[in-house]
Amino acid sequence: MTLGPEEVRRIAWLARVAIREEDVPEYARHLSRILEFVEQMAAADTEGVEPMAHPLDLPQRLRPDEVTETDQRERFQAIAPQVERGLYLVPKVIE
Amino acid sequence: MHERTIAELAHGLRAGEYTSVELVEALLRRIEDLDGRLNSFITVTAEQALAQARAADQRLRRGGGGPLTGVPIAHKDIFCTDGVRTSCASRMLAGFVAPYDATVVERLKAAGAVMLGKTNMDEFAMGSSNETSWYGPVRNPWDTGRVPGGSSGGSAAAVAARLVPGATGTDTGGSIRQPAALTGITGLKPTYGRVSRWGMIAFASSLDQGGPMARTAEDVALLLGAMAGFDPRDSTSVDRPVPDYAQALVRPIRGLRVGLPREYFGEGLDPAVRAAVEDAVRVLESQGAEVREIGLPNTPLAVPAYYVVAPAEASSNLARYDGVRYGYRCEDPKDLEDLYMRTRGEGFGAEVKRRILIGTYTLSAGYYDAYYLKAQKVRRLIRDDFARAFEQVDVIAGPTSPTTAFRLGERLDDPVTMYLSDVYTIAVNLAGLPAISIPVGFAAGLPVGMQLIGNYFEEGLLLNVAHQYQLATDWHRAVPPGFE
Repeated sequence: MTLGPEEVRRIAWLARVAIREEDVPEYARHLSRILEFVEQMAAADTEGVEPMAHPLDLPQRLRPDEVTETDQRERFQAIAPQVERGLYLVPKVIE
Repeated sequence: MHERTIAELAHGLRAGEYTSVELVEALLRRIEDLDGRLNSFITVTAEQALAQARAADQRLRRGGGGPLTGVPIAHKDIFCTDGVRTSCASRMLAGFVAPYDATVVERLKAAGAVMLGKTNMDEFAMGSSNETSWYGPVRNPWDTGRVPGGSSGGSAAAVAARLVPGATGTDTGGSIRQPAALTGITGLKPTYGRVSRWGMIAFASSLDQGGPMARTAEDVALLLGAMAGFDPRDSTSVDRPVPDYAQALVRPIRGLRVGLPREYFGEGLDPAVRAAVEDAVRVLESQGAEVREIGLPNTPLAVPAYYVVAPAEASSNLARYDGVRYGYRCEDPKDLEDLYMRTRGEGFGAEVKRRILIGTYTLSAGYYDAYYLKAQKVRRLIRDDFARAFEQVDVIAGPTSPTTAFRLGERLDDPVTMYLSDVYTIAVNLAGLPAISIPVGFAAGLPVGMQLIGNYFEEGLLLNVAHQYQLATDWHRAVPPGFE
């Protein structure tokens, strides 16, 4: 699979990662190289093989639905880029 | 004092031969004098270390304390540490101070270990050379023009250079074992679920596993004993008792069945690395091990499957870095989309961005079956290969890495060439098995590592075999010139 500049821009947008225009050709080259490499998998016969999500095939453990966390809002917000009156600030979304 | 192992230091501290404060001061001086050549630490926590050492000395004087009381260690900068910066070697987290300790940090602290600082690594653990760090590359103490391997390259270099006797690492595709091999130390990747991932910054959640790095198998056993165990805060942690790893070391290995996979000794393997590993296998044979050839036929599929699974999981895990709750945020975003795009574009380095893009692509509509689902099926084929092998043998032995340490910059142009540095280590993560790398000699002055792979939860057996080998050899005692 070869990716062109248009596809690199589309994937970067899907991932919300800004790529500088001058870097697009190199990303296209590297990503194409990686995809071409991983496609070696296609030759493997996996007919009837169950996909493996967990190395030990263990089910997800459940915990009782009880409150175990304490309120640490101030500690958590102390490391945020921008907060005001206990709220996280972002650029205006609705005019 | 820096020459001593953790086992020796724990003994010396208890016997009152020196105090933890003296030990910590000596190592802090060493870091100050020598780490300029290596760049193995991102953060040195001198004040906290001395405070912890004073507390340890008090406990020791009262005759108390655990197996590691007063012993200095370092943590890979991927483990969250309450009040101390945790950067994951990324600009994204350059100013991040976690509000809690990772379980691994908490447990080693409870065992009495003293933290000297946080070690350098590949950004978000994505790399095999420690060249992707926002804080600059780490250099190999055996040749500072070469890489120490990665991603736990800082921990490996610091331990090899005797700046610290032991350190934590994480291993998603070889990130403990490959740098251990390239710097001549001992490093163990435990069974998936053996060591808690809580507070360990996530890269690929179905593969990530923390583990210890030190100079000897005995030291690795002591560290693992403190790190391992069930943690309800990690949903993939396995509830199973932790055996006494130190006690398991002393068993003779007569009758041990060792399998050599023919796929690990083929094309691409440096002949000098091969020779050192074959010599090491002969040592095991002389100790009574029975060696036979085995097959792991799906080996060639491991690296391709990994570079689907790991980037896919990374693209999902790293979606949390959005410039809102913590971490880097771009200047003057004009709207919310601009905030996300530029924060992530500026905060992540090139390799991290490549993997996020690959993962986003393979998980995008219409591609899931051909990539991620296919890779999960291949993953089962690889695990089945190991299951068949462990019907015939107790441990699998082979090279850890196909070459010795390579030159800085040598593999940066082609990502796939870099990925193939982990050709012998990746399958172990896909299967979730434990494996250890131990030093077994040199090729042109550079260390060679041998990997031993065990069945699920057989860390004790791997440490036993490694320790018996180290009783018969002294490669693990070799010191890099200039770091005596």
